[in-house]
Amino acid sequence: MSRSLVQQDNLATLIIANDGRKQHPPRRCSGQLYSTAVSICLLLLTGSTEVMAQQNWGSLAGSLTVLAQSESTHDSLTDRTIEWPTGAQWKRVLTLQDYNTRVVVLGTMLLGMAAGTVGSFTLLRRRALMGDALSHATLPGVGLAFMLAPSLGIDSRSPGILLAGAAISGLAGVGSILFVRNMTRLREDAALGIVLSVYFGAGVAILSIIQQMPSGHAAGLEAFIYGKTASILASDAWLIASSGFFCVLVTGLLFKELTLLCFDEGYAGSRGFPIVGLDIILMAMVVMVTIIGLQAVGLVLMIALLVIPAAAARFWTQNMRQMTMISALLGGASGLLGAGMSAVFPRLPSGAMIVLVSGLMFFVSMVAGPARGVAVRLYRRRTLNRAVDRQHLLRGVYELMEVAGRISRDRHDGSKATDPVFVSFADLLAMRSWSASRLKQQIGRSVQEGLLAANPDSSLALTTKGMETAARLVHEHRLWELYLITHAEIAPSKVDRNADAIEHVLDPEMIERLEELLKRHQSVQGVLESPHPVSKEKIDEEHSAAGGSER
Amino acid sequence: MCPGDQALELCMDQSLTKSLSKNQSEIPLSVYDLTVAYHRKPVIWDVGFEIPPGSLVGIVGPNGAGKSTLLKAILNLIPIASGRIQVFGRSLQQNRQRVGYVPQRESVDWDFPISALDVVAMGLYRQVGWCLPLRRSHWKAAQQALERVGIGELRDRQISQLSGGQQQRTFLARALVQEADLYLMDEPFAAVDASTEKAIIEILRDMKKAGRTSLVIHHDLHTVPEYFDYVVLLNMRVVAHGPTRDVFTRENLEKTYGGRLTLLDEATEAMRRRERSM
Repeated sequence: MSRSLVQQDNLATLIIANDGRKQHPPRRCSGQLYSTAVSICLLLLTGSTEVMAQQNWGSLAGSLTVLAQSESTHDSLTDRTIEWPTGAQWKRVLTLQDYNTRVVVLGTMLLGMAAGTVGSFTLLRRRALMGDALSHATLPGVGLAFMLAPSLGIDSRSPGILLAGAAISGLAGVGSILFVRNMTRLREDAALGIVLSVYFGAGVAILSIIQQMPSGHAAGLEAFIYGKTASILASDAWLIASSGFFCVLVTGLLFKELTLLCFDEGYAGSRGFPIVGLDIILMAMVVMVTIIGLQAVGLVLMIALLVIPAAAARFWTQNMRQMTMISALLGGASGLLGAGMSAVFPRLPSGAMIVLVSGLMFFVSMVAGPARGVAVRLYRRRTLNRAVDRQHLLRGVYELMEVAGRISRDRHDGSKATDPVFVSFADLLAMRSWSASRLKQQIGRSVQEGLLAANPDSSLALTTKGMETAARLVHEHRLWELYLITHAEIAPSKVDRNADAIEHVLDPEMIERLEELLKRHQSVQGVLESPHPVSKEKIDEEHSAAGGSER
Repeated sequence: MCPGDQALELCMDQSLTKSLSKNQSEIPLSVYDLTVAYHRKPVIWDVGFEIPPGSLVGIVGPNGAGKSTLLKAILNLIPIASGRIQVFGRSLQQNRQRVGYVPQRESVDWDFPISALDVVAMGLYRQVGWCLPLRRSHWKAAQQALERVGIGELRDRQISQLSGGQQQRTFLARALVQEADLYLMDEPFAAVDASTEKAIIEILRDMKKAGRTSLVIHHDLHTVPEYFDYVVLLNMRVVAHGPTRDVFTRENLEKTYGGRLTLLDEATEAMRRRERSM
């Protein structure tokens, strides 16, 4: 770039701005090209699909970054390249020695806590995406505030005016959604999509105009899009912290009212609670959290802090109060760690860092959460499957012994095998439609539990303990079969399969009621006789019939 | 006696309110010319009825007859196109505390992270007051309500772990704890087990004995004469209302369930078409 061009630029600035103030020409640095490239790469790295879809926008923001870089002198954290921080830098950030870093990191933590708290309610109210539309709708407001501030005699880079602009246009966005939804037959998701994209598009257009304006020292504006802790001053951080605290306080005070609103709107209305008013309070807190989060997280990713901690917290607890607290904790931790990482690596957008940290927490919660995590569910399902297999196995062995005529019914204290009887694996396998490997595994487990004894030729016998359990299981199965035949009028030939599905969930209380109803007690009359034949051939027939009719 | 004009007035006032709250003949609910429309499509037309105090009233009608809409309109949950509703002789706003509501079970997300006792305690939120936490006495009252519906031991269970009947009992307990004088229930017997149905009807009968009134949307026509002493037959308009033995007749049921409202349907359809073209 030639010197004369720069001067011309400068002249034009003076003429157009026409405010008599001395304008500093942008200080072009030698590393400009390199810097732009790095910025673009970084912006793409944030993983935002919007950035991917709009490469032009990425480069625009990159250029903005360059402009901002050339202007910024206020911050020791600003660095030109990504460098592995020195030990001293690590220590300085991690021990929060620098006052500004300390305030910013703690402020972001409070922001995360507030977003986690408010987010719990919006998630349960199914309004989570409203926050996303709202945050995207703030962009035109930021741009317009920047453009209009000088004519109002306010420094266009003061965060106050930019945040005010953001709040106004964010609210206008929410209003537009409600307008589109109420005035047309479109559903809310369509209204959200339309408003979100149109407002964001308008914001992009306005920012590109600003970039072309000679006075467009768009310093710091890019921070609103992807978040940049480095651009946050201590005074901003105090605003974030106090607003965040305010939101937490309000949610705490209105906890039971907001819970009722989210759980049962109709009932809340019937009791005279102002539904619309409570919704407005909730929405106002979302607006507040979003606006104060713009600088730290950025508008593209702000939704993450409102949704992810709350969704993650749901895996840990079945209690609303605990969920809100865990959500606040996870949000706070995301803010703290994300902002901390961004402070260590100043060129990494803090929004991306915060989202990545919270995403990791979500993944861990999803897998390991004790209330409804994936691991717990898989474990429960496996335990249930094994219990069912075990019952099937023991009952199978018992019934084979019964078919062989090796169980006496004379004793009043239950069934006893006359002498150890061995059941072959092949017979057992033919009993029901189970795979050989699954059956083998279950046999192994039952042998370990001392219910079965296995011979080297893989024939099996029930142990005393196994016999007891098996007799009880068969008794329960037949009780249920009998009930189905006598009370539910199900054909005896189909009753075995029907009982199969239910007997595993019978609890002792229901067994007692069944015994009472059918006047058959195990201890008095021994194990019930089967209400249908249990010979092998018969069973095979039934299974094919049942299998056919089920499909 | 009450000497002096002002004192006399005060005295009369007191005796008046006293007699009002004691008076069993006070009409719990009067509905006059009520019309409700969704998107200008009328759902209920010109509905009007009164129900006697201390009665057990069934609202019966086919699907889409506007039964739930009627309850919601009475509770001021949806805007009404025209008409007037009085609860114990006053507007709903003045008498809200005396009205309890049991919404349809399907209307809420049972996956919500709260326990059965938490749900019942919601019936006391109005009494507790804004921003204040529940006190021990409130929790005790909620526990007693749960015991009254027979599931006191399930207090700490997360609500998705309850059976359908237990969920319905929880909703009933939440209404009971409020100690209202008029209860509006949206299908409390839908998809519940036999023992729950029995428990609920027992409670409704107890309330009737105590002079409380219940208005219940009901689907099972077989049990109507057994359960209710007063019925409102509804199909967009009131087909008939009155004591069950007079009103619950084959002829009236045919009018309610048979598609005798073809003209009304056609008019509605024409209005919708016009609305769409606008």
